[in-house]
Amino acid sequence: MSLQHDNIRKEFPILQREVNGRPLVYLDNAATTQKPRAVMERLRIYYEQENSNIHRGAHYLSQQATVAYEKARETVKGFINAGSPQEVIFTRGTTEAINLVANSFCKKFVMPGDEVLISAMEHHSNIVPWQIACQEREAFLKVIPMNEAGELDMEGCRDLLNKKTKIVAVTHVSNALGTVNPVREIIDLAHEKSIPVLIDGAQATPHFPVDVQALDCDFYCFSGHKVYGPMGVGVLYGKEEWLNSMPPYQGGGEMIREVSFSKTTYSELPFKFEAGTPNVADVLGMETALLFIKGLGQQQIAAYEDDLLNYAISQLGALDKIRFVGTAGQRAGVVSFVFDDIHPYDTGTILDKLGIAVRTGHHCAQPIMDFFKIPGTVRASLGLYNTRQEIDLLVHGLARVREMFA
Amino acid sequence: MTIKEREQEIINEFELFDDWMDKYNYIIELGKSVPSIPAEYKVEKYLISGCQASVWLHARYENGKVYFSAESDALITKGIVALLIRVLSGQPPRDIIDAELDFINRIGLKEHLSQTRANGLLNMIRQMKLYALAFQRTETGKHTQHD
Ligand SMILES: Cc1ncc(COP(=O)(O)O)c(C=O)c1O
Repeated sequence: MSLQHDNIRKEFPILQREVNGRPLVYLDNAATTQKPRAVMERLRIYYEQENSNIHRGAHYLSQQATVAYEKARETVKGFINAGSPQEVIFTRGTTEAINLVANSFCKKFVMPGDEVLISAMEHHSNIVPWQIACQEREAFLKVIPMNEAGELDMEGCRDLLNKKTKIVAVTHVSNALGTVNPVREIIDLAHEKSIPVLIDGAQATPHFPVDVQALDCDFYCFSGHKVYGPMGVGVLYGKEEWLNSMPPYQGGGEMIREVSFSKTTYSELPFKFEAGTPNVADVLGMETALLFIKGLGQQQIAAYEDDLLNYAISQLGALDKIRFVGTAGQRAGVVSFVFDDIHPYDTGTILDKLGIAVRTGHHCAQPIMDFFKIPGTVRASLGLYNTRQEIDLLVHGLARVREMFA
Repeated sequence: MTIKEREQEIINEFELFDDWMDKYNYIIELGKSVPSIPAEYKVEKYLISGCQASVWLHARYENGKVYFSAESDALITKGIVALLIRVLSGQPPRDIIDAELDFINRIGLKEHLSQTRANGLLNMIRQMKLYALAFQRTETGKHTQHD
């Protein structure tokens, strides 16, 4: 493949460490990705040389930090091809981005008896905020069903979209199954009925390029820490017309134009949705991460990871009593499985002893586990630095697990 | 044997293992050998839910001692559960409440407890102590009534 692995892995210091006396094999990238040196360097430089509060002081440092912060917004705009930087809101992550929309959008546009449509394969982050909002608005949460392969039922989706549906929120890629959903098709269906769509892009942005204008989605969310950036920072993209028509989410400094005790007028976008001092350093770190993967080439990353995922699926498939959970035609980054006779917790414990980091459990998507009637899965999730040798180590580790438990 | 003595016995046994594989193989064997909990107890009421592995725990009180039976759907958890039962079952409530259970740390299995949400073990220990507390309460309740 065209990614230069020896060089790339050197950029991620943590990959050189050992766990339980063995070289770390990190296959939990869907939970969070490791950070390249450049990201850590960016944080250090910010705090050593640029730290200052933004949009406030007229002094040199404050201006410099403000310029850097707004430049990062431009970078994000380019990364997802937003129409303008005003459509990029910095948040703490995907979770906060979804909460912002669930809260602010529903307050304005969802009335008693209305419906919000999500899917059967959502992360809790894309379920609970809507549940809370629906409860508050006396609205109903509807769910697009999926099939045994872990693919959304598009007929079901079509049937569920109706006059009462006020917003659709679906994940681009499932963190538990790896399914890549036909979001373009869902967006088109919803738009035929003038219903806006939010896409949870937490598991898509790390793996392939996303173009929000081409998708024509109304909202798009992702987390910095899942795209090789720092924790505690993320992005909400929203079409300007929607963001302008929504009330603020939180109140505070930064988001106001004028305040008196009787009345406050709010700032323009994007500041209306960025109350308080933002996480400047991590926004800059995230910018560096986005530039890092753009530099490697997002198409190249996608092609490389596709190949690696197929390799993993074929190698794992040779193991005894393995059952894949999620066998959708289109998948990205994730392979989830169970052994018929071994509990995922047992598998995960032994792999951990072997220095192999995978995730076991329900992956914050309990409704999916209920659907497949399993307590959880073992999930190996890939990043751009993973290699075929690491997949081989995983397979050997699993063979060892089988010996121990069979 | 007191709780401390039973703990020491287990610590001595585990000193024989020189690597983690042997240790885990032993725990797995232990997990396999634990008799299944009667079906009537393997129900929601006795379920201690952990994020990953489920544990069912039943307690009964007889002649001043608490007797536990338990099981888990994960074998490693089940093996550790067997160790906990070996230490705590048949002991007086007061001793169960006070038990520090340091042996888990000493035999190198603490990671299974510290992942609070990852398996039901920590919740199970808490529940065992709660049972002991409840039995102790009814006991002192009885005494005050008699007095
Ligand atoms: C599909 C999906 N949505 C949302 C989230 C929540 O992201 P965060 O915890 O970064 O807010 C995750 C993270 O696990 C995810 O995988």
